[in-house]
Amino acid sequence: MESTHTLVLLVEDHPGVLNRVVSLMRRRSFNIDSITVGHSEQVGVSRMTIQLRGNSEDIEQAGKQLYKLLEVVKVIDLQPNEAMIRELVLVKVAAKGAVRAEVVQTASIYGARVLDATPSSVMIEMSGGEEEIESFLTMMRIYGIREMVRSGKVALPRVLSKKTDRQTRQMNPLAAD
Amino acid sequence: MVATDPTTQRAEATQHTGPEVLTGAQITCRAIEAEGVTTVFGYPGGAVIPLYDAIPDSGLHHVLTRFEQWSGMAAIGYARATGKVGCCIATSGPGATNLVTALADAMLDSVPIVAITGQVIEPLIGRDGFQEVDITGITLPVTKHNYIVHNVADIATTIKEAFYLARSGRPGPVLVDIPKNIFVAKTEYIPAKLTPRKSYQPTTIPNMRQVRLAADEIAQAKRPLIMAGHGVILSGAEAEFTELVEKTGIPTIFTLLGLGAMDEMHPLAIGMMGMHGHRRANRALDECDLLINFGARFDDRATGNLSGFAPNARVIHVDIDPAEIGKNVKTAVPVVGDIKEVLKLLTPEVKAGDHSAWRTWIEGQHNRVLRAALEDRPAWPEPYAIIKEIADATGHEAIVTTDVGQHQMWAAQHLGVKHGKRWITSGGLGTMGFGLPSAVGAKMGRPDLEVWTIIGDGGFQMSGTELATAVQENLDINIAIINNGYLGMVRQWQDLFHARNYSEVAISGPDFVKLAEAYGATGIRVRTDAEIRPAIEKARSIKGPVLIDFVVEPEANVYPMVAPGASNSQMIEGRKEEE
Ligand SMILES: Cc1cc2nc3c(=O)[nH]c(=O)nc-3n(C[C@H](O)[C@H](O)[C@H](O)COP(=O)(O)OP(=O)(O)OC[C@H]3O[C@@H](n4cnc5c(N)ncnc54)[C@H](O)[C@@H]3O)c2cc1C
Ligand SMILES: Cc1ncc(C[n+]2csc(CCOP(=O)(O)OP(=O)(O)O)c2C)c(N)n1
Ligand SMILES: [Mg+2]
Repeated sequence: MESTHTLVLLVEDHPGVLNRVVSLMRRRSFNIDSITVGHSEQVGVSRMTIQLRGNSEDIEQAGKQLYKLLEVVKVIDLQPNEAMIRELVLVKVAAKGAVRAEVVQTASIYGARVLDATPSSVMIEMSGGEEEIESFLTMMRIYGIREMVRSGKVALPRVLSKKTDRQTRQMNPLAAD
Repeated sequence: MVATDPTTQRAEATQHTGPEVLTGAQITCRAIEAEGVTTVFGYPGGAVIPLYDAIPDSGLHHVLTRFEQWSGMAAIGYARATGKVGCCIATSGPGATNLVTALADAMLDSVPIVAITGQVIEPLIGRDGFQEVDITGITLPVTKHNYIVHNVADIATTIKEAFYLARSGRPGPVLVDIPKNIFVAKTEYIPAKLTPRKSYQPTTIPNMRQVRLAADEIAQAKRPLIMAGHGVILSGAEAEFTELVEKTGIPTIFTLLGLGAMDEMHPLAIGMMGMHGHRRANRALDECDLLINFGARFDDRATGNLSGFAPNARVIHVDIDPAEIGKNVKTAVPVVGDIKEVLKLLTPEVKAGDHSAWRTWIEGQHNRVLRAALEDRPAWPEPYAIIKEIADATGHEAIVTTDVGQHQMWAAQHLGVKHGKRWITSGGLGTMGFGLPSAVGAKMGRPDLEVWTIIGDGGFQMSGTELATAVQENLDINIAIINNGYLGMVRQWQDLFHARNYSEVAISGPDFVKLAEAYGATGIRVRTDAEIRPAIEKARSIKGPVLIDFVVEPEANVYPMVAPGASNSQMIEGRKEEE
């Protein structure tokens, strides 16, 4: 059954690593929905969060192929119920005259922040899980979204990482045996 | 003579004066030598002139091929004949791009080679400098790993790691790109030590629990079948593998690249599987209830349509690369590890079995039509008969390389490969032109063995220039051209699947005998059966490269054949598939 999976990759922080990961995913026909890269808590190690769709065999194969890249130290297939998966979105919403107060009020229901305003629009920052963000954007569309950017998903397991390794499915290449 | 041995001299020099200051080019040579490599194949050019400046004073023997792709294929031939890492060198830009096909060939067939390419000077990188190409970008999908070196002090460690990656775990090609200014920069040379990487730890020793599960499956199977792949040979486990087969008495089939995993004339060796495999091997796949795969990646040419592959079998898959397990075929018992290590643990766990009824059934699947067909033999020498005569004359002991096409399949079917590392053919990429340069590499690596290459008239016209290399190095290589005047394998597909529309497959060629002579080699032409053996014997007795132009029936087809997309059980059987 196809579903969305969140893979977390710990990779050596070398030039070209992102290129290697993306090129591999393309070449092996895996569908990436979102990818983010940034520093991790360890010096010299970057953390990538990749969301992709596929059945469990596809995802397992993706993990094993990723492990073959020299710079990939660890791949974890995060289970949604064990992790916080969040995204940041910035939207510029049409907000003239009387509507303005309504837009700001709606945003505050979602805990979103107004960052900037012009006579005709406001810029709002919102972060949250997939559903929350979708719901927020549905509301904003009513007023008219002028411009939008989404950061892509980032994720952390809820429990301490040692324990997490055991709980979530670490895609260890040795898992086969 | 110890006194003139460059390594000893250098060691002494180092003792007296501390680390030497060397150029990047000199360090490159030292680092390659430190890996035990004595032969490199290459072609010079602007970006590597500094490297070529250092080669004559190094301990490296450089073989000048006539095209960089053939440097790569020679390195592959060297690696596959010796089990060591092959090494090739090319200049930036066109030299580097000419290596791409060889890297892809090595990638698909898991061959350990290291390619060193020159790059434009660093200030020009990214500015479309003369002969600049992004070779690390271009070769990303066709290398196990690649590097660009930005500091002369990193050359030795990079080359050390490159060779280690090439040969360890699942072997493969590694490329090291070195800008020209780094070749000329100087630093103290300190021989590199390998620093282990947390992210690269191939599993060689298998999980004992999995080994026991495999042994249990083997004990329970009624009609077990062993499938031997290239991994057995890459692991150097031919002897241990044969021991397992003999202990269990299980019939064994081979992939194209697995030929040589054990003696093909062994009573338990059934033959090759797949698209042009032996009938009885494919029939055995249909009937087996357990398939034990040692080091084959279930390529589609080997398996045919997966829905009809080994339909009654549970599968045990032994491979060093975890990603191969379950990639194409559902596996009941995966065993991840180096085959040699797996066999050390597995063989003691298995029991001797009696599979005589099953073996008799398999033997009964042998197609013996040919015997009768021999009577109405045409005037032409039969391709398979040429292969058999070569095998017979050399006692199955020679290294045989092939090109790609019908002749390759006839060779695979009829040679009877006795040892690992003596059957060298391009399997995964199927690269035409592979035959002659890989024979050059094989002969450089194993001068003690007789070397033959079996080539089509089409393929020879791709890499025939390597005759010059063979003559320049005075190599004893015997070249058998199976000359059918066609791009025969393509013509066969057009014959069978495209209503004999022979589009662009008739291929003319030069007078190969005269061509050989023009290169300073010996040429012999064979037009009749009676001439086959004498020509082979003559070639074996003459020093230096000898080319035999075997003029054969133009429209002979290779049978059996599994049509693309069909199951292995649906073999198209010709009149003369097997003898
Ligand atoms: C014209 C043409 C026709 C062909 N027809 C056929 C055919 O009829 N039948 C056929 O079989 N092939 C055929 N081929 C070849 C086919 O395309 C594949 O190249 C071949 O089947 C691959 O064989 P393999 O899996 O044994 O080797 P490889 O592709 O080299 O795979 C080796 C496997 O062994 C593993 N391995 C490596 N080292 C070790 C180790 N130390 N321990 C454990 N595992 C290890 C690797 O991870 C890999 O999975 C044909 C090719 C051409 C060009
Ligand atoms: C570089 C390359 N180009 C094209 C092909 C496709 N191809 C496979 S076999 C073949 C015909 C080979 O003809 P020849 O060398 O005469 O051998 P024959 O099949 O006649 O024995 C061709 C064109 C290939 N494998 N490699
Ligand atoms: Mg031909």
